[in-house]
Amino acid sequence: MLALETDNLTKDYAVGFWRSRPYRALDRLSLRVEANEVFGFLGPNGAGKTTTLKLLTELIYPTSGRISILGRPPGDSEVRRRVGYLPEAPYFYDYLSAEELLTYFAGLFGLRGQARRARVAGLLDKVGIAGERRLPLRKFSKGMLQRVGLAQALLNEPEVVFLDEPMSGLDPLGRRDVRTLILELRDRGCTVFFSSHILSDAEALCSRVGIIVGGQLVTSGRLSEILAFQVTGWELVIANLDPAALTAFGDSIRRVTPISDGRYMIEVSADIEPERILGHLRAQGSQFISLNPVRTTLEDYFVQQVTARQAAPPAGRVMPEG
Amino acid sequence: MGRVIGLVAYHVFKESVRDKVLYNLALFAILLIGASYLMGQLTAGQDIKIIKDLGLAASSVFGLFIAVFIGVGLVWKEVDKRSVYNLLVKPLRRYEFIIGKFLGLALTLLVNIAVMALALYVVLALMNWLQPAVGKASVDAPVLDPQLLKAFALLYVQLLVVTSVALFFSTFSGPMLSAAFTFGLYVVGHFNADLAHFENVVKSPAAAWLGKALYYLLPNLAPFDVKAAVVHGQVVSAGYVALTAAYGVLYAGAMLTLAILIFARRDFK
Repeated sequence: MLALETDNLTKDYAVGFWRSRPYRALDRLSLRVEANEVFGFLGPNGAGKTTTLKLLTELIYPTSGRISILGRPPGDSEVRRRVGYLPEAPYFYDYLSAEELLTYFAGLFGLRGQARRARVAGLLDKVGIAGERRLPLRKFSKGMLQRVGLAQALLNEPEVVFLDEPMSGLDPLGRRDVRTLILELRDRGCTVFFSSHILSDAEALCSRVGIIVGGQLVTSGRLSEILAFQVTGWELVIANLDPAALTAFGDSIRRVTPISDGRYMIEVSADIEPERILGHLRAQGSQFISLNPVRTTLEDYFVQQVTARQAAPPAGRVMPEG
Repeated sequence: MGRVIGLVAYHVFKESVRDKVLYNLALFAILLIGASYLMGQLTAGQDIKIIKDLGLAASSVFGLFIAVFIGVGLVWKEVDKRSVYNLLVKPLRRYEFIIGKFLGLALTLLVNIAVMALALYVVLALMNWLQPAVGKASVDAPVLDPQLLKAFALLYVQLLVVTSVALFFSTFSGPMLSAAFTFGLYVVGHFNADLAHFENVVKSPAAAWLGKALYYLLPNLAPFDVKAAVVHGQVVSAGYVALTAAYGVLYAGAMLTLAILIFARRDFK
């Protein structure tokens, strides 16, 4: 079953004061996210990630295209009851405490009495701010506000959660907690759609990813399908090495980096078998320490795509001045 | 529907209490008590009238400031600080948000006006009790004149109109501009009657037509001001109060409808 589907979703903004011109923030986005998936929506800043999330939550309306969440349009009241959303860098009311805020929002979902108290207390505990529940939100740090944001997104035990940069503003401990939380949500049967430009998070969490650059979806699918995990070279660490011994391999040696006292790290291209080099160096009296394959990472792929797109902006995207 | 509107309204009221908006009541009380003490020293016979006048005028000014300065931030602040993102993705329709915001400020104003009215009656009762001669000298109207309540009621409805105007501007404009527009409309609204007979002043039929159009379009606030009539003991009929209040409620309703229409299609970039 599909949790989310978009079909040629497009959003244009008018920019400029006197003679406004259209600026295409999102260009014909077609995505399918299965239920119970953790889907990473990746892209550099300004790629259209937040625009997409705002379209999915109907905070903005599409110029054209279609959205279906749990088989219904995004503004449907049934969808609102079953979906949670964490905006980017969330802000809440200064005059309320975390507990009061969650109690207020739980009321919007129709929760009352003991059920509401239990849900609020449980979530405060889950996101790790139970101790600060009565503190006014104006005294909260960015990371603590992010935790409140997560708690409010989960108040209705949603079937689909949209998280806009959920790791933003969090320290390493906080990031670990959020990763655990996302995996818990998945195990509970929830579909998680999160945007990020932190690729290690996507690699650690996502069953599938979509990469968006300049408002256009560059690719989507399983990480293994996208990257094909090709070996692009080898990384050798050798001790007692005389670098002159490497000249025999010519251009196959990409780089030689001294580590310490005759120990070197050697980057070798994939067109040569590493055993040949090892055999040659052993005969010269060097010692083999380690050998690792170099594969295309999501980061490499991401950088390649962004660089290529930025070098040639897609036709039809009118860029704003300044 | 009503429950979520009530929740939004309750939180507008809660915010105004926590932001110490109701502290203005203390200022009002001090002003009234101080003035009544001074009046007692200076004049004879007229002091009850002056206290009534001052009490109603101060209520009007305090109420106006609350309606405008909170009203223009009601929606704008939520959008500017992006707190609205958390609300509108929940089972809360955009029109419910607008109505809730309006009712919240209406509740804040109601508490304000009610306490100010009570404070005025208490001061008047005290003056009457401490100086019975003063009360006897007040010939136009009784000291504890129930007609004062009519003046307060109309003042409240007028503030609802002002709130609806402020909220309307707040849905698409920043607070400075919204406050300027709302104050501008408040002032114009008190001289609106002149526009109805613009043809007596100008010869151009187009200008006269424009004057007429503006007369119907802009809020007509002068009828809400019955301070002078009440203070001087003139009867303000229940029918007049009801009709004027009905006009105010309709006008506020129309402004709220416009605010809802604008807000419903707005993109939160």
